[in-house]
Formats: sequence, C-alpha cells, structure tokens
Amino acid sequence: MTDQTMVLRVENISKRLGGRQILKDVSLELHRGELKVLIGPSGGGKSTLLQCINFLIPPDEGRIWLGEQQIEIHRKQDLYAYRQKVGMIFQDFNLFDHLNALDNVSIALRKVKKIARKDAEERAMRELERVGLGDKTTLYPSQLSGGQKQRVSIARALAMDPEALLLDEPTSALDPELIGEVLGVIRNLAQDGMTMIMATHQLGFIRTLADDILFMQDGQIIEQGSPAELLDAENGSRTQAFCAKLNELSDESET
Amino acid sequence: MMKTLQVLCDSFPYLLGGAGVTAAAVTGAMLLGLLIGVNLAVVQVYCGAWPRRLVGLYVWFFRGVPILVLLFLFYFGLFSVLGINLSTFVAVILVLGMTSGAYQSQIYRGAIQSLPQGQLKAARALGMSDRRAILSIILPQALRLSIPGFSNEYSILLKDSALAYALGTPEIMARTHFVASRTYEHLPLYLMAALLYFALTWIGVKLLRKLEEKVRIPGYSLN
Ligand SMILES: Nc1ncnc2c1ncn2[C@@H]1O[C@H](COP(=O)(O)OP(=O)(O)OP(=O)(O)O)[C@@H](O)[C@H]1O
Ligand SMILES: [Mg+2]
Repeated sequence: MTDQTMVLRVENISKRLGGRQILKDVSLELHRGELKVLIGPSGGGKSTLLQCINFLIPPDEGRIWLGEQQIEIHRKQDLYAYRQKVGMIFQDFNLFDHLNALDNVSIALRKVKKIARKDAEERAMRELERVGLGDKTTLYPSQLSGGQKQRVSIARALAMDPEALLLDEPTSALDPELIGEVLGVIRNLAQDGMTMIMATHQLGFIRTLADDILFMQDGQIIEQGSPAELLDAENGSRTQAFCAKLNELSDESET
Repeated sequence: MMKTLQVLCDSFPYLLGGAGVTAAAVTGAMLLGLLIGVNLAVVQVYCGAWPRRLVGLYVWFFRGVPILVLLFLFYFGLFSVLGINLSTFVAVILVLGMTSGAYQSQIYRGAIQSLPQGQLKAARALGMSDRRAILSIILPQALRLSIPGFSNEYSILLKDSALAYALGTPEIMARTHFVASRTYEHLPLYLMAALLYFALTWIGVKLLRKLEEKVRIPGYSLN
C-alpha cells in the first residue's frame, strides 16, 4: 500500500503543559498510504501529539512538514490551508450540535472552501453514502448513535479531500457493538490508500492493518516497528507486554 | 364615573401611541444591545488581557450607573458637548441599548462558555479561522441558548424604559403623566399605563418563546 512519498513529517516536537513536559522530542514520518498506530498507556501523550500535529495545541518546539512545505503557525492562511489537508477525527466526535448530518459535512466546504451550496451538499451526500449514512442526512447529532456520529465525523473530514487523517481513539467512546461499524469504515479507507495516524487499542485491527506501531509512554515514542515485530510474544517488547495486559482485561470483562 | 370612562376612552389612542413608542424604543435598544453584547462577549471569551479589561470597564460602568443618570449624562451632557443633535427617542435607544449591551454580554459569555471545547476544536481542525468558527459554529449555538436570558432582559429593559419620560420622550409614561396632570384621573390612567406595560411584556415574552421553539435543535433536550 505504501510508497516512498513523504506526506507528513514531524520533527522534534516538544510540549509543556501545566508545568509538565508532556511531549519530549517526538519525531515521526508518514508516507503515502501508510497507517501508523499510536499505542500506549493513558496519559502517555497520544492525544497531545495528534493535536500538536495540526496545531490545535501549538507545540513549544519542533517542525512539521506537509510534503515539501514547512508549516508556520504564524502564517494564518497557510495554517488554515494545512488543516484542510490534514483531517482530524476525535474520540468524542465533536459534531456540530446545531447542524444535521448533511450540514455537518457540507459546512466547511461552503464556508472554508467557498463551494456553492448545491455542489457542497452533493459532495456531502456522496461522503455520507460512502460511510453508509445516505439515509440519515437530515438527522441531528443528538438523534444519531455514537457509531453513526463517528461515521458522520469521518465523512466530514473526507469531504475536505485530506492528504492525511489524524484519528484519536475513534472507537473508545463507543459501546462495544458499535465499534465494528466505525472500524469497518476506517478499514475501507486504509485499503483505499488513505494516509493515517491513529491512536487506538483495538488489537485485532492493529494486527491486520497497521503498517507501523509507535509505542508511546511519558511523552516519548519508546518503541517502533511493524505489528509482526512488536506483537510477537517471543521478543519481550514493551508493546507486547502492554498488549498482553489489554488482552487480559478484555477477556475479564467478557466473562 | 362617566367622566372617568370618558377620559379613558378619549386618551386611549394617545396612550396606545405611547405604547408604540415604548415598543419601538425597547426593540431598538434590545437589538443594539444584542450587537454590542455579542461583540463584548466574544472579546471577553477569546481575546487577550487588554481588550478583556476594556470590556470589563465598559460592563462595570454601565452596570454601575443608574439609567436615569446615564440618560441625563448622555443627552444633556455628552451629546450636547459634542454638538450631536439627537431626538430624545434616538438618545433613549442609544443609552438603553448601551446599558442593555453590558447586561446582555454576560448572557452570551455564559452561553459561549457552556459550549463544549470540542466545537471550536473541530471547526479549527477543518481549516476555519477563529472568526469563521465563531460566526458559523459558536454563535448559532450560543445565541439559541441565550433566548431565555434575552427574554428576561427584555422584560427588565421594558420597565426601565419608563425612565425615558424624564427626557420627554412621548412614550407610555410621559403621555400618561401628561393626561393625568390635566384630567386628575390619576388612578385609572396609571392603571391603564400599568396594563400597557404588562401587555408589552406578555407579547414580547410570548414572541421570544415562539422563536425559541422555532430554532430549537431537533432531538436536543436536557433530560
Ligand atoms: N491542558 C493541559 N494542562 C495540563 N496537563 C495536560 C493538559 N492536557 C493534557 N495534559 C496532560 O498531558 C498528559 C498526556 O495527555 P494525553 O491526553 O495526550 O494522553 P493520552 O496518551 O492521549 O491518554 P489517553 O489514552 O488517556 O487518551 C496527561 O498526563 C494529561 O494529564
Ligand atoms: Mg487521548
């Protein structure tokens, strides 16, 4: 799936919050069509890192490139253009509560990309159909299930024609029976060659789809490698130990 | 008795005209207050320390000085010093509007701050500027939440507007006072004035209630 074209390069990101060093010198590269997974204990800095990448949290230090272009947070127009090209999916969806599904997807097309309403709505309709919600366009967020909300938010990001997606635990706010429908959509995206970096603890998904795992703890990426390398029980990696614990927990909760 | 009825009947159109003036002045002031209040609230929530301090000063001033003093201060004081020649009607709208703006700003500030952080984050993540996000995402939600507070402010401002009588604006109070001082039918005339204020309050609150219902987000409730 992946080729060698660099989509996103993050170099030496550091961030302090509330007097604590939350990210220490984090670097990573995303190539076209690649799916990198962020994993690690709670509080390790995954959400902070993802939000630093699109400057929702401005990093204290570090540089970020999209393709050949280095992003300067002070050049507002460049920043806005960059954010359009790097979509974000949040753990708790963050759909716009006052807009129905169609408007949630089309509003940025109209207000940011300045596309005429009719064309924007057509495009939004296509994206909603792509995530299996063609029949839910007139419903408001409070009328949708968690899984449907997350799929609307994916459609909203896709409508901007992003070059990469940042996904922050997109299924962890969902009831277990709703996780599958969202992972299914993300799986399709991965297979269509979307470039993504995703924080998740869905081990089955990681095993089959991740190109690379980044294990994050205390604000640093302490291990990095393919699922085969890191999840193999023999090699005694931190990632493996962490995932074994996750497995135990989920086994317990199922019995 | 006959004379009382006669006076009431004769003066009713005149007083009703006063109610029209009151309604127009209060509507104008509420809308001016909306414009000022929304802008002040946005500054208070999203801007840096100095703009916030200036807004704080504005709010503190208009909340701290009696409306009657403000009316005189602006109409006889400031406007004439500056050589601005305004009708009392316009002066009343300006002063009541600026005062209401101070109060309304606090309604909108509370509403904006009650929205989840994620709304602004999601808007920014789509490439919206903060200005765009505030206009398209934050305010449409915050203003909906503010309608009950706005309605409350309307009912207060409506009654405060009786002070405009002191400038001689031909509103309910001034006209009632004028008729009463000639006919000596104080009790029935001021009762009539009270009823007119009551009716205006009722109509305004009813209309705002309708508006609230009309713009309600489907499926959205707090139960
Ligand atoms: N605004 C803030 N001020 C101070 N500390 C913060 C702030 N935001 C996050 N933190 C701290 O930063 C650390 C990293 O948080 P972050 O949300 O990035 O972790 P995470 O890896 O995403 O965890 P989780 O798996 O629970 O989502 C946590 O210890 C958190 O308490
Ligand atoms: Mg997180």
